Amino acid sequence: MVNTERGCTRTARVGGDRMTESTGFNHLLKKLGYETVEGFGEERKILILLSLAAILFVTASIAVVLGTYGITAADVYRTIFVHLTFGDVGSIPRLHNTIIWDIRVPRIILAVSVGGALAIAGAVFQGVFRNPLVEPYILGVSSGAAFGAALGIVFPAIFFSIQVSAFAFGALAVTLAYVLARSRGETPIITLILAGVIIGSIFSAFVSLLKYMADDTALREIVFWLMGGFYYTTWDDVRLLVPVVILSFIILWALGWKLNVLSMGDDEARALGVSPEKYKFIVIALATGITAFAVSLVGIIAWVGLMMPHASRMLLGPDNRFVIPASLMMGGCYLIVCDTLARTLTTAEIPVGILTSILGAPYLCYLLRSKGRVIFG
Amino acid sequence: MLHVQDMHFRYGDFPVLSGVSFSVGKGELCGLFGPNGSGKTTLFKCCLRFLRAEQGIVRMHGEDTSQCSIERLARLVAYVPQEHKPPFPYLVREVVLMGRTPHLGGFFGVRRRDREIAMDALATLEISDLADRPYSQLSGGQRQMVLMARAIAQDTPVLFLDEPTSALDFQNQMRIWEIMRDIAGEGKTILACSHDPNHVAWFCDRVVVVGEGVVVAEGHPEDAISEVVLEEIYQNICSVRTLDGVQMVMPRCVVERNKKLKGDCPSHDVPLARAWSGAETGS
Repeated sequence: MVNTERGCTRTARVGGDRMTESTGFNHLLKKLGYETVEGFGEERKILILLSLAAILFVTASIAVVLGTYGITAADVYRTIFVHLTFGDVGSIPRLHNTIIWDIRVPRIILAVSVGGALAIAGAVFQGVFRNPLVEPYILGVSSGAAFGAALGIVFPAIFFSIQVSAFAFGALAVTLAYVLARSRGETPIITLILAGVIIGSIFSAFVSLLKYMADDTALREIVFWLMGGFYYTTWDDVRLLVPVVILSFIILWALGWKLNVLSMGDDEARALGVSPEKYKFIVIALATGITAFAVSLVGIIAWVGLMMPHASRMLLGPDNRFVIPASLMMGGCYLIVCDTLARTLTTAEIPVGILTSILGAPYLCYLLRSKGRVIFG
Repeated sequence: MLHVQDMHFRYGDFPVLSGVSFSVGKGELCGLFGPNGSGKTTLFKCCLRFLRAEQGIVRMHGEDTSQCSIERLARLVAYVPQEHKPPFPYLVREVVLMGRTPHLGGFFGVRRRDREIAMDALATLEISDLADRPYSQLSGGQRQMVLMARAIAQDTPVLFLDEPTSALDFQNQMRIWEIMRDIAGEGKTILACSHDPNHVAWFCDRVVVVGEGVVVAEGHPEDAISEVVLEEIYQNICSVRTLDGVQMVMPRCVVERNKKLKGDCPSHDVPLARAWSGAETGS
């Protein structure tokens, strides 16, 4: 009898201790500035974003060590450290320096920026078009860029740079689609998507025509370009793309809340003080710009722009203030993984576009089967 | 307050509004009433500048809306659309928070205070329990309540509601109308369109009846929802009676069927029949 009673008191005391402990923990959280009261759950989302950033960093650090030419991790990090601290580059073996600093590092940075750019663009397009199945190539960027690149490959004398030509035609395709869809100062979504499909198919036809006309070497090059890849990445590419992506990312991120409102529909956006025409134009222009830029540097890489925004929404909900940065990091991560596989799986390189599709499709199947109802409404 | 003057609009060659004018005073709940296709929603869209009117002036809160930017207009007037389904599963609290958009500034601009206002708006409608549900998975009526909360959070002097009670059950319909009366009582101007003549007659301070693009009647509900007016827009199907001092619009066929029933069998004592006979003696 006595024993039981004592047991009871002990349990009670333990329970009591635990309770004070948990209130103390809440107090600490509150002191740190996390608001759990209002239940908007933003602290949790910020933590997820931070962990995504950490995962991206870790992935990049692992990827830089992997490669067909074996260099020990210590050597790799020492090389990078020397460069980052502006140390004496002459102290590193020349071969290591070339492989790590001139090939692997820019390649990884470019993979992150391309993946991030495509994923942000995807998130933005899906929001603006109010359709979760839209990808950044919907307005014809990829077909336009493919045509530009093919022109550059087939007629190197006229179109001196494949990249410039690809970018110009990618941007041209979207502009055409936008102009075609615009009537009486409005650009209805359905018309815009249809216009994109039309323009895209025209440019695809032109690409086929060029393929037909091209000789064997050029044809091979066009096919490779269309599959996308980071084969010839240099620091110049990184210097071009990274500032553009960062700038566009910051602007689009800041427009995240407006994008939420836009995704409710034109009339409602207007009633809530967000001019649909103005903001649709800004975000579509930025998203198209970074897509065309990324595509012109590395070719057409599929799936990232469709999949990563979904993955972000699964983790963080549909609020674009969180979806956009999460897409950037997940897109970056995904392309690092795919590109590392592309250059290490076999002795010859596999075009990364093939890998993104092979890895991506099953993932989307899984999404559709398991969370389809939540994500697709 | 709200002044609409000489509003004209046509879709292609088809005239929808031909010279609509009316005004609603500060603190008034005004019902916009009319049959299907009479131009109620078009009138709404012209006033809110979703559609460009051919001609006509709209003044809200003393400002000519054609001179306002979209951002400014969103601080003058809130709009509750008819029920719709968004493509993404935003949480209810996020949807309501969107109502604060015209008041936000800065990088994201969502401040603690805006969140509190959003939660208060949910509390006003007694739907705080929905806060964490995805908006896209709610029933039509729940969604309508959420959109109403969003308009409250928008905190504007004028509110436009497009059939705010169309998808609600009877209890919630009455609740929404009472809430609209409360909001109007706080000095806001409300224009709500409705298909139910009884609702506008019971709850509104003022009624504007439109038919075929013109204002058929305007004024106090007792005068505007009269048999003469209803005759004009509905052609001979309504009877207006007064029951306990409350005006009731009834389908004429039901009134007549009931009369006949009573004539056949004088001792008929179903409660319904009693109500109808009471209505008749009252008139």
